[in-house]
Amino acid sequence: MKMEALGRAAHPSPLPASGERVPDKAGEGSMRMLCALTDIPVLGARVIERPHHPDGNVAVFRTADDRVFAVLDRCPHKGGPLSQGIVFGDRVACPLHNWSIELATGEAVAPDVGCARRFSAEVEGGIVYVDLS
Amino acid sequence: MNARLSLTRQRLVVVGNGMAGMRTVEELLKLAPEAYEITVFGSEPHPNYNRILLSPVLAGEQTVDEIVLNTREWYAENGIALHAGSTVTRIDRARRAVKTADGITASYDRLLIATGSTPFMLPVPGADLPGVITYRDIADTEAMIDASRSYKQAVVIGGGLLGLEAANGLALRGMDVTVVHLMPWLMERQLDRTAADMLQRNLEAKGLHFRVEAKTEALVAGGDGRVAGVKLASGETLPAQLVVMAVGIRPNFSLAKSAGLHCDRGIVVNDTLQTFDPRVYAIGECVAHRDTTYGLVAPLFEMAKVCANHLAGYGIARYAGSQVSTKLKVTGVDLFSAGDFTGGKDTEEIVLADPAGGVYRKLVVRDDKLVGGVLYGDTADGAWYFKLVRDGRSIASIRDRLVFGESNLGDTGHEGQSRALAMSDDAEVCGCNGVCKGVIVKSIKEKGLFTLDDVRRHTKASSSCGSCTGLVEQLLMATAGGDYSAPAKQKPVCGCTDRTHQDIRDAIRSQRLLSIPDTMRFLEWRTPNGCATCRPAINYYLISTWPKEALDDPQSRFINERAHANIQKDGTYSVIPRMWGGETNASELRRIADVVDKYQIRTVKVTGGQRIDLLGVKKADLPAVWADLDMPSGHAYAKALRTVKTCVGSEWCRFGTQDSTAMGKALERALWRMYAPHKVKLAVSGCPRNCAESGIKDVGVIGVESGWEIYVGGNGGIKTEVAQFLVKVKTTDEVLEYAGAFLELYREEGWYLERTVHYVSRVGLDHVKKRILDDAEGRRALHERLQFALDGEPDPWHEMAKARIDLRQFESVTLA
Repeated sequence: MKMEALGRAAHPSPLPASGERVPDKAGEGSMRMLCALTDIPVLGARVIERPHHPDGNVAVFRTADDRVFAVLDRCPHKGGPLSQGIVFGDRVACPLHNWSIELATGEAVAPDVGCARRFSAEVEGGIVYVDLS
Repeated sequence: MNARLSLTRQRLVVVGNGMAGMRTVEELLKLAPEAYEITVFGSEPHPNYNRILLSPVLAGEQTVDEIVLNTREWYAENGIALHAGSTVTRIDRARRAVKTADGITASYDRLLIATGSTPFMLPVPGADLPGVITYRDIADTEAMIDASRSYKQAVVIGGGLLGLEAANGLALRGMDVTVVHLMPWLMERQLDRTAADMLQRNLEAKGLHFRVEAKTEALVAGGDGRVAGVKLASGETLPAQLVVMAVGIRPNFSLAKSAGLHCDRGIVVNDTLQTFDPRVYAIGECVAHRDTTYGLVAPLFEMAKVCANHLAGYGIARYAGSQVSTKLKVTGVDLFSAGDFTGGKDTEEIVLADPAGGVYRKLVVRDDKLVGGVLYGDTADGAWYFKLVRDGRSIASIRDRLVFGESNLGDTGHEGQSRALAMSDDAEVCGCNGVCKGVIVKSIKEKGLFTLDDVRRHTKASSSCGSCTGLVEQLLMATAGGDYSAPAKQKPVCGCTDRTHQDIRDAIRSQRLLSIPDTMRFLEWRTPNGCATCRPAINYYLISTWPKEALDDPQSRFINERAHANIQKDGTYSVIPRMWGGETNASELRRIADVVDKYQIRTVKVTGGQRIDLLGVKKADLPAVWADLDMPSGHAYAKALRTVKTCVGSEWCRFGTQDSTAMGKALERALWRMYAPHKVKLAVSGCPRNCAESGIKDVGVIGVESGWEIYVGGNGGIKTEVAQFLVKVKTTDEVLEYAGAFLELYREEGWYLERTVHYVSRVGLDHVKKRILDDAEGRRALHERLQFALDGEPDPWHEMAKARIDLRQFESVTLA
C-alpha cells in the first residue's frame, strides 16, 4: 500500500514568508504572529508546542465565526489535551472526560470547577497573533 | 449598560413561590438569564422549600432549614424580587398588573401562575373548630408539632399517602393516633387490597389505629371550645384534641378564575403551559392539562422545563403528560406503586405474595409490556420496574423472571438496583468517576437535586458508562423523598434541542437533509453549532442514511475518529493494525517489531480481539507509523466494525466441524470500514464449544455439522448479555447476507451510541426477525445497501485525502 503525500498542500497558507515580530501592534509588544487563520480548521484547533516550558503546550482555537482563542492545552480536570476536543459555540469539550471549557476565559463550565490558563489571541488581516508572555 | 438593558428587559411576575414556580424560574435562568426582570409573590413567609420533605420534618427526621431549596440569598444573587408572605388577590389582565393583599402592585409582560393546590376540608359540623387543621405547608407542620407537645390524642381523617405520613409523624412525636378512612382499604388510589392490608398491619404494629369504611359525621367541641372528638356514622366517637384533614387536595385556581381565565378542574393550559390568555402561563398543581391534574412533583418539573423553554422564547418544547410513581415516606415501611396497577380485561397480572413474610409484588402486563405495579416490603426494584413502564419496552424475553426483579436477571450488569439502601456512605457507587454514596446523598440534599441529570452534572456519578444508573436513581428515590423527577420516556439528544434521536433520524430521511447545519436549522436547534453530544450523532445519522451523498464532517467526530487512533490518558495514542480473522504472519510481525523500535513505542499488548496494540505513539508520528506498518487500519478507535474473532476451526482443530477462520476472514473483509451507531464486534467459532466466544458478540456465528448458526445482540461489556439465536443457514454466502442485513438494519435504525444489545431490546427480536427472516427481498435489499455504502470506502490510514483527514492536526504551529 502506498502512502499519499503528507503536508499542507491542500491548505495553502497566505502567511508572509518571513514571520518576524509585528512592531506596529503598539502597546501590545508581546503579541506575536502565529499563522494564517486558514491554517486552523473551523471549529478546530492547532497546537503551539513548548517542549521545555513547565506548563506545556498552548492550544489555539477557531470558532465558527472566525474568532480565535488561546488556552493552555491542559484540562484543569486531569490534564487532557483540549486541542483535541470537539469545539462548539465558544467552548471545547475535553477529549478525556468531556468537561466543557469556556474558550474566552479558560474556565470549566459549571458545575465543574477549574480553570485552564488563557492567553491573548486575535485575528487581523487573516493572520493570527498570540501573546504567550 | 445595565440601565439600557433593563429598559429592554421584559417583566415576568410569578404568583406562587413553591416548587413548580421556582423550578420554572431556575430553568428559565439557565436558558435566558437576562431575558426578564423577575418578581415573585408567595403567600407563605418562607423562601421556596421542598414540600415533599414536610413528612420527615413532622417525624423529626429533618428540620425546616434543611428542606429549603432556594435561600433568600439565591433570589438576591439572581436579581429576583421576592415578596414572601404577600398574597396576590387580583390579576388585572387589561392593565397587565397584579395586586396583593398588602397593597403591592406589579406590572407584567408575562405572568406565571403557580398557585398550587389547597387541601380539602370536609364540610362537616365542627370543621372550623380550633385544633382542626389540614396538612399542606410549614405552618400546618409546625401546628402539628406544637399540638403533639400539649395533647395526647389525634385523629387523621384520610388514609391516603399524605394522611398516613401525617399519622406516622404524629405517632413518632408521641401521640396516640387513629386514622379514619372512608374507603374499604388504605391508599386505594395507589394500592390494591392485598398490599393495603399488609400496610395496615404493619402500621398497626407501629402503634397506629384504624377505622376503615368509616364516615366522619361531625367534629365535637370540648369544654374549652377546642375540638375534643370525632363522631363517626357508626355512632362511635373517637377522642381527639387534634384533627388533621387529609382527604385530598384541589387545584387552587380561584385567583385565575376571578381574572376571567378559562378554568375547568384547574387552570386550563395547552401543551406549552399557556392559558387562554397568551401572556399568562400556569404550571403545577393548579393546572388542568389534557383534563388531568397532578399532585406529585415529577410532572411539575417536566412542565417547568417546557414552560421555561417558551418563556425564554425558544418555543419548541411540548408537554405531553406524565407517568407517575409513588413511594410512601414512612421509615420502616417499603411501599411503591406506579402506572396502572389495577389492571382490567386486556391485562394480565403477575403476583408474588408472601403476606406472612411481608413481601408482595403485583405486576400488570398488557401486550407484553409492563404497564404498572405495586411493590410492598421490598421496593429495591421499584426504579427498574418504573423504568420498564416508562420505556414501554417488550418484556417478553424476561417475563418468566420479571417478578423476581432485576438483580435476578443475572449476577452482573443488573445496574445495582438492589444494593442502594444497604450500602454504607463510603461505598463506591460510580466506579468510573469514583463517587461514593455519601457524596451523592449529600448533593441531593444540599443542592436540592431531583433528576438523574442533576446528579450527573453535580457529582459525575453515572455520567460515564451508565452502569450505576439504577443505583443512582434508587438513591434519588430514597433521598429526594421517593418522588424524584423521572426522565421522560424519550429523552432529548442533549441540551441543544428537545428532539429525540428518533426525531433526528426521521427528519434526515424524510426531509433528505444532507448536512449538519441543514439538520440543525430544520429541527430548530437552540445553539449555533450544537455540542459534543449532538454533533457526532447527527454526523453519523447523515452518513449512514445518505452514503456517498452526505459529507462526513471530521470536526464533528470525537478525536479518535478524527485522528484514526485511540487517545490515551497522557495525550498519546494507541495504534492497532487490522489482522484479518486474528491471523498474522512473519512479515507483519517483523514490520510491527521494526515500528516499535523506530518510534520507541513503550507498550505492546495483545488485545482481546486477537490483534496487537501499540501504546504510547506520539500524534505527530501517526502517519509515519501507519505507513511503516503497511497494514490496514484496525478501526479500534471507531464506532465501526472492530474485529472478527475466530477459533482455528476445522483446518487444525480435532473437534472443528467448520472452517471458522476462513469464515471470519470473509466476514471481516466484507464488513471492515463499516461505521455504525457504536462499536461492532463479531466472532466465528468452528463448533459448539464456542472458543471464539460467539455468544457475547454483536453478531456471533457458530459452526455445526450441517451449517452455521447466527446469534445477534450479545455483549461482553458493561452489561453482559448473551446473544439471541437468529437463524441457522448453510453456506458462507448466506452467513454474509444475513449478518450483513442485520448490521445494516442496526446501522439504519440504531440510535447513536446504542449497542446492538440495546437496539434489539428496544425494537424487539421479533422486529429483527420480521425484517431479516420473513422478508427475503427486504433482507437482500438491506445487504445491498450495506455493500453500496462500503464500496469504495477508503482505508483512512492509507487513503487520507479520500477519508477527509485533516493533515494539519499532525503538525504543530510555531510562533514567529
